[in-house]
Amino acid sequence: MRYLPLTDADRAEMLAKIGVKSIDDLFTDVPQAARLGGTVDLPNHMTELEVERHVSKLASKNTPASSVPFFVGAGAYKHHVPSTVDHLIQRSEFLTAYTPYQPEISQGTLQTLFEFQTQVALLTGMDVANASMYDGSTACGEAVVMASRVTKRKKAVLAGSLHPHYADTTKTLCKYLDIDVVSEPARHDGLGKLSDHITEETACVVVQTPDVFGRLHDLEPVVKAAHDKGALVIAVFTEPVSLGLVKSPGEMGADICVGEGQGIGVGLNFGGPYVGLFACKNDRNFIRNLPGRLAGETVDADGRRGFVLTLSTREQHIRREKATSNICTNSGLCALAFTIHMTLLGEKGLRQLARLNHETACDLADRLTSVPGVELLTDSFFNEFSLKLPKPAAGVVDALVEKGVLGGVPASRLFPGALEDVLIVAATETNTEADLSAFADALKEVL
Amino acid sequence: MALNSQGRPTRMAENLSTGGYADTFSGSRGLDQSEPLIFERGRSDNTGVDLPEPKGKTTRLGGLDRTAEIGLPGLAEPEAMRHYVRLSRKNYAIDLGLYPLGSCTMKHNPRLNEKMARLPGLADIHPMQPQQTVEGAIELMGELAHWLMTLTNTPCVALSPKAGAHGELCGMMAIRAALDARGETKRRRVLVPESAHGTNPATAVQCGFTTDEIPADATGRVDLEALKAKLGDDVAGIMLTNPNTCGLFERDIKTIADLIHESGGYFYCDGANFNAIVGRVRPGDLGIDAMHINLHKTFSTPHGGGGPGSGPTVFSEALAPYAPVPRVEQTSEGWRLIEQEADADGEPFGRMTAFHGQMGMFSRALTYMLSHGADGLKQASEDAVLNANYILARLKHVMTPAFDGTCMHEALFDDRFLKDTGVTTLDFAKAMIDEGYHPMTMYFPLVVHGAMLIEPTETESKSGLDRFCDVLEALSEAAKAGETDRFRAAPVHAPTKRLDETQAARNPVLRWTPPVAAAAE
Repeated sequence: MRYLPLTDADRAEMLAKIGVKSIDDLFTDVPQAARLGGTVDLPNHMTELEVERHVSKLASKNTPASSVPFFVGAGAYKHHVPSTVDHLIQRSEFLTAYTPYQPEISQGTLQTLFEFQTQVALLTGMDVANASMYDGSTACGEAVVMASRVTKRKKAVLAGSLHPHYADTTKTLCKYLDIDVVSEPARHDGLGKLSDHITEETACVVVQTPDVFGRLHDLEPVVKAAHDKGALVIAVFTEPVSLGLVKSPGEMGADICVGEGQGIGVGLNFGGPYVGLFACKNDRNFIRNLPGRLAGETVDADGRRGFVLTLSTREQHIRREKATSNICTNSGLCALAFTIHMTLLGEKGLRQLARLNHETACDLADRLTSVPGVELLTDSFFNEFSLKLPKPAAGVVDALVEKGVLGGVPASRLFPGALEDVLIVAATETNTEADLSAFADALKEVL
Repeated sequence: MALNSQGRPTRMAENLSTGGYADTFSGSRGLDQSEPLIFERGRSDNTGVDLPEPKGKTTRLGGLDRTAEIGLPGLAEPEAMRHYVRLSRKNYAIDLGLYPLGSCTMKHNPRLNEKMARLPGLADIHPMQPQQTVEGAIELMGELAHWLMTLTNTPCVALSPKAGAHGELCGMMAIRAALDARGETKRRRVLVPESAHGTNPATAVQCGFTTDEIPADATGRVDLEALKAKLGDDVAGIMLTNPNTCGLFERDIKTIADLIHESGGYFYCDGANFNAIVGRVRPGDLGIDAMHINLHKTFSTPHGGGGPGSGPTVFSEALAPYAPVPRVEQTSEGWRLIEQEADADGEPFGRMTAFHGQMGMFSRALTYMLSHGADGLKQASEDAVLNANYILARLKHVMTPAFDGTCMHEALFDDRFLKDTGVTTLDFAKAMIDEGYHPMTMYFPLVVHGAMLIEPTETESKSGLDRFCDVLEALSEAAKAGETDRFRAAPVHAPTKRLDETQAARNPVLRWTPPVAAAAE
């Protein structure tokens, strides 16, 4: 077996040194009834070539985003990632390192995390950020738990335009912590009377912008309403590129900002791994209640600058049952991909990329709404918008597949039994003129 | 006549020592190059990407344009490349050497896995694409599920948990949901051995449970009598790592499972150490109700400097109905993906995360499993156990094993051999850095004093283990011989000296701030 360096001669010599006759003598603590005689009922080993054939065959049954006009979003976005990013994250020293528990031989990871934290803070307009979470949805759940701990309150209100997977993940995480999480009914036309539901018992209100339908929200009225009642505002985003063009949650007064970082540096990967971004105000109480890892600056014995994991007294390996969360990994390599892509973009590139996304989406919205019967539901948007169709959107999406176009996400796939005529459509810098017209033509044909 | 009297010197100048020139003008030390933060190097008007010029059309942002400067620096591609390559060289990595972190299973990460995960048909597909365009991806998830269920002899697996701790949460939530479904409102106490990972008690609390510690017996295993004394009708279950964090197989595991089940509770098994037994022992045969599997440990997906991981969780018949969505299920027409609770059998307790889990890790883990096969996986666990026992056998005369007898995939030592030397476990670990090794897990598990937990994994050669043992032997003898400076000053050959973690925590600096703003504060 190509990954196992021991030879039979080595094994014999080692068994002799240990002082046992056979390998079975090292497994004698296993109850007799649970010892397998032979091997499990699975195929035996394969050569590298055989494995490649097998996995490639599975891959070939799928339609890659780059192979068709592609407009699917709703929480994950198709962007071009510079080849430098994937090259660098495959450096052995980044790829095959563990969590930086020994800082003297982990400065590569630690300094990049410190840079990542700073970039996330700048991007979101917040003061500080952690070293990343599993993804946007789990970051959202952890933010609600943190808000509850900070405010010592047990109620959370979720806007009806929060991505339903984020709402469900949050409800699951809070389910047994006695945090009462209430979602507003699904709505694509704004926040409605969200502020009216904030009371003196509300720990936080969660608003996504751009929301799952693509609509942008001014958070300032919600922030005012929440702060009047002593509640926190958690701003959520699923498209980090939007922050290159749209006012940041920090500028609008949000207390905690969480989101999905996949759109910068990380591929679609059928939903994971992604990278959760988590930022908040610089408040002692907030920082002591942050979930996840934090890299911090310090000095070594010679007084030179260095970085370490810090404030670990919040974390499970020190605090055990009193920890702020049970998390013990971040999404290290995806955070690295994010930070490299962000460094390549810089503010100049990010703003340009964001503008291209917005323009492409505006262009697409104009083309699609010129198809008879199609109506634009979101009067403000970044690179994603929602359409009202004259037919159920799920069937339209299937019919578009037949025309070779992946034309968005039917809202009913996210909100079962509701919004059947709503189609959520994303456009990015990867869409060409030809893609846009192919979509418009195909939509005209299938409606 | 001496050659080259005017040119390049061919031998060292006499009396030249490096001592006086340890500090360079650049801050670099040869190949270990000093590298500032990007915020000190980049500029917000520089970029490493070329994009088409936007056309400057009117916007539909609803007046929410971001006008203020963001302050994000950019670097041109060659500058960015150097920045990150230089930083990478300050990291230790499996590809550089033995990484003996106990309970972390730092094994070789095959590059075939990376290649497969990057196939456009797996990497460039969207989780919300119509299912008829991703049938191969769903089939891959199904195939992975089949392998995991077969290796554990369990009837159900939730693939979506994003890491080990997330899988623990998944398992404990299913237990809580099952208790709630039975109307058991009193069962809120979870038994956790004192040797458990910190995630175990933290997870139990997130599910609304309290934890109750069970002591270890003199052999490093669960004290069966103490366990019996703690059983009662308020016990929700037990969280037990097996092999445990002392590197020992819990001999009484079937008795423990029976006792828990008889008392009305469930058995959560922490699968962090599955690598010791995969292909040889099926946890389902031991009576477990739930167990997470770290694909990033046992099945070689890279640790990436701290993630992403992946923690699929298997369930017994009793807990299967409560498994979260999404689920993959086998039908007569192949595998299908169930996304909504309403479409799933049983009573799913909810959703752990957006979308369907860590597909990129599924591709890698399946590639690893196919490469090994049933025979190779069994051989891998055997070699992992053999390697750990070889280290134990080679070092037991100079270091102090925490427990008698053989071990499973990791060897646990305590610090008795350092008694009266003035050298602590931490000092010993830092001296290993100078010798070119990543230290073992230190001060964990908490059940032994000054713990040193060594897990070599199966991907180390005998000659590599011999070199490692030679070094640990020499260090142990140096400590006993009173060479305390070698340890207390260590590391001296790493990119940095020992870092002040106390200062970092006391005065947290969690981001870079511009010098002007810093001065104004």
